[in-house]
Amino acid sequence: MVTKLDKVDVVVVGIGWAGGIISAELAKQGLKVVGLERGKYKTTEDYQMVHDEYRYAVRYELMQDLSKETITFRNNPDEQALPMRQLGAFLLGTGVGGASTHWNGDTWRFLPYDFELKTMTEKKYGKNKIPNEYTIQDWGITYDELEPYYDKFEKTAGTSGEESPLGPPRKNPYPNPPMKTTPMLELFTKSAKNLGLHPFRLPSGNLSQTYTNPDGQTLNQCQYCGFCEKFGCEYGAKSTPVVTVIPTAEKTGNFDLRPYSNVTGIIHDGKKAAGVRYVDVQTGEEFEQAADVVVLTSYTMNNSKLLLLSELGRPYDPKTGDGVTGKNYCYHITAKATGFFKDKYNASMGAGALGVTVDDYNGDFFDHTDLDFIHGGSISIKQLGKRPILENAVPKGTKVWGKEFKQQSIKYYNRSIAAWAQGTSLPHRNNYISLDPTYKDAYGLPLTRLTYDFTEHDAKIFHFLTDRIAEIIEEMGAELVEKGEISEHFDIVPGWNDHITGGVILGDNPETSALNNYLQMWDAENVFVIGASAFPHNGGYNPTGTVGALAYRAAEGIQKYLEKGGQLVKANLKNKLA
Amino acid sequence: MTNEKDTVNHSRRRFIKKSGLVVGGTLLGTFIGTSVQGNNQQSPPPPTSEKKNYNRALKFFTRREDFDTLSAATERIFPEDENGPGAIQLGVPYFIDHELASGYGHNDREYMKGPFFLGSEFQGYQSPLKRRDLFLKGLRKIEEVSKNDYNASFVDLEDEQQDELLTKFEEDKVEIKGVKASFFFNTLISATFSGAYADPLYGGNADMEGWNMKEFPGAQMSYLNEIEEENFIKKGPIALNDHM
Repeated sequence: MVTKLDKVDVVVVGIGWAGGIISAELAKQGLKVVGLERGKYKTTEDYQMVHDEYRYAVRYELMQDLSKETITFRNNPDEQALPMRQLGAFLLGTGVGGASTHWNGDTWRFLPYDFELKTMTEKKYGKNKIPNEYTIQDWGITYDELEPYYDKFEKTAGTSGEESPLGPPRKNPYPNPPMKTTPMLELFTKSAKNLGLHPFRLPSGNLSQTYTNPDGQTLNQCQYCGFCEKFGCEYGAKSTPVVTVIPTAEKTGNFDLRPYSNVTGIIHDGKKAAGVRYVDVQTGEEFEQAADVVVLTSYTMNNSKLLLLSELGRPYDPKTGDGVTGKNYCYHITAKATGFFKDKYNASMGAGALGVTVDDYNGDFFDHTDLDFIHGGSISIKQLGKRPILENAVPKGTKVWGKEFKQQSIKYYNRSIAAWAQGTSLPHRNNYISLDPTYKDAYGLPLTRLTYDFTEHDAKIFHFLTDRIAEIIEEMGAELVEKGEISEHFDIVPGWNDHITGGVILGDNPETSALNNYLQMWDAENVFVIGASAFPHNGGYNPTGTVGALAYRAAEGIQKYLEKGGQLVKANLKNKLA
Repeated sequence: MTNEKDTVNHSRRRFIKKSGLVVGGTLLGTFIGTSVQGNNQQSPPPPTSEKKNYNRALKFFTRREDFDTLSAATERIFPEDENGPGAIQLGVPYFIDHELASGYGHNDREYMKGPFFLGSEFQGYQSPLKRRDLFLKGLRKIEEVSKNDYNASFVDLEDEQQDELLTKFEEDKVEIKGVKASFFFNTLISATFSGAYADPLYGGNADMEGWNMKEFPGAQMSYLNEIEEENFIKKGPIALNDHM
């Protein structure tokens, strides 16, 4: 027995940053918004016992319960995909606030080059720079068009930072100054400058000072407690939807947030959606929520899954290159080098986005004429706050247990410093999302199937950035510098980062993209799909800033759509490339 | 002294409760600074060993000999040395026993539905075996190999012999039905480090000695007034118990 619920203006699936922004913006306009979130309701009060590495970072307290739902994984289309039985390579969030509850707060804008990647690459380096199997394409929107939405997101989030000397133009400065600095960051800055690079403070969602955003929500000053990534903030000092857009939506009286509500499908006639079906996971009751507009904001994996399950849109086929849903899945290439130093640093103190970055090897800030890859990545040192269970850096060749390991891991706990890069990942025709034919979730629905492997291009970016990081660490005076390694194939076990993108991408042409530049589906005018799932490729920065900007853009689009209906953008139909 | 401690802890609790609401900005830093300082002035709690610790009994293992094998193996992974105590003194075997009795032992938040296939080396764990069964199988295999190769119980071997035997597990030179010996051994290593360094509330890291060795200050509330310091600051650790 399915209970049918009265129609509302907008139903939003998944309440993290994207869902929170949509809900706040539309509820402020007087629209009735229902927010469906499969996980529990969590606020700042829920993090009073949060300084617990074992519970949150080892046992993944805030992450998706894989016994209910996971993905299956294989490296290539000829393999049998098998379930990701334990969390590893990337973490999936759950609950009100979504993955942004446990993020570090790195708040970046992508580069103008990212949005016109194909056009600008071909213009400068010719059509053959990148082989055809890499399905790069322009985003159908430029940096300049997205700039006001980035600005809006940074003001909501209270981003604390300073302008990059190489960065794209900004109309306004960051709303807050950079965070405090530390000896470790100073050493990196000095060393990078010695090498002729241009270091600047990483734009942070850990607030440098108490700040009230334009919606009247107050965020507190970061306490540098060292428990950020994988943890919630007990101070309300980290930019999260729980201290910004969700209370903003709630105070309008127009937002009905329903936790424990797992959406299982979109109801539609092939052209328009009528609403969504969902299950109350605590009682098993089923509901249909009718709405004028359906907004999917349920992270990369679930956005593709819901469209595929609901048979809305055109599934991507890697053999023919036809279809769009599931296409251009990308990861992030995380290059790393570690330095072992003579002196001790206060490594346990820190914050998720307390850092310094150099952009000199990102985008097209360096010439690629004689290189066999494009783009690059941002290199950052971050003083996250080390924690003792998972932080055991030892020089290579040390046995990973026993007497020597104990001595070395204790000796270097406060004496090792790592720097990392967020490296660009280009889409490849064989890397995509589909539905699994064998394995099911707790509701009897197919699991999402991920087909992904590192590409040659990924490996080139990795090695290039690793060498550049090692040069900086060397200049910092490390007694020993060690470079990270990339496995022969992508491995679902070791943790890298949670920056998974693509599957429901935007663009200017319905033949090659699922969404227009308002994140509106080409195939269903009242369905909007928001998240890093919309990225045609993953750039050289953490994704959240761009997700936030796209969400503000989409919120404007939804209002326009509700006023006048129809497709908001004219399709640019051109011959599809072979 | 007791009263002073109570006051500090009450104000801490009040603060944490309050921080869920909108807190005025300038007050915040000062308030936390005071609270943490107050805490540092407390005398350290008496060592656990002086009192009877009722937490130290078994809730998963049913045979004492399995627990003894576990204890000896964890001590080789994290031995007592000049830095400080090893796994046994830190309570790591009890930590592992208690965890195996809980959701960890039951793989309760992991996908455990079939069908099961071996998969490639890049597809991760693919066995229906739960951790509690994995540990039992692995520990009994340790004992079996010990009796076979050395004609003695694992607990009675010399340190070097124990290391040699465990290395066979590490290098997959031992067969365990249904699972790689190295997978068991790596799980045992991770569990040992967790027991050595997790908050003492879980039964390991006795007296925060694991944290002391790494000079990790534990569950401090704030480093706002120290983050910029040039020199290394040695701070005695505090545990979550102090947040109650």
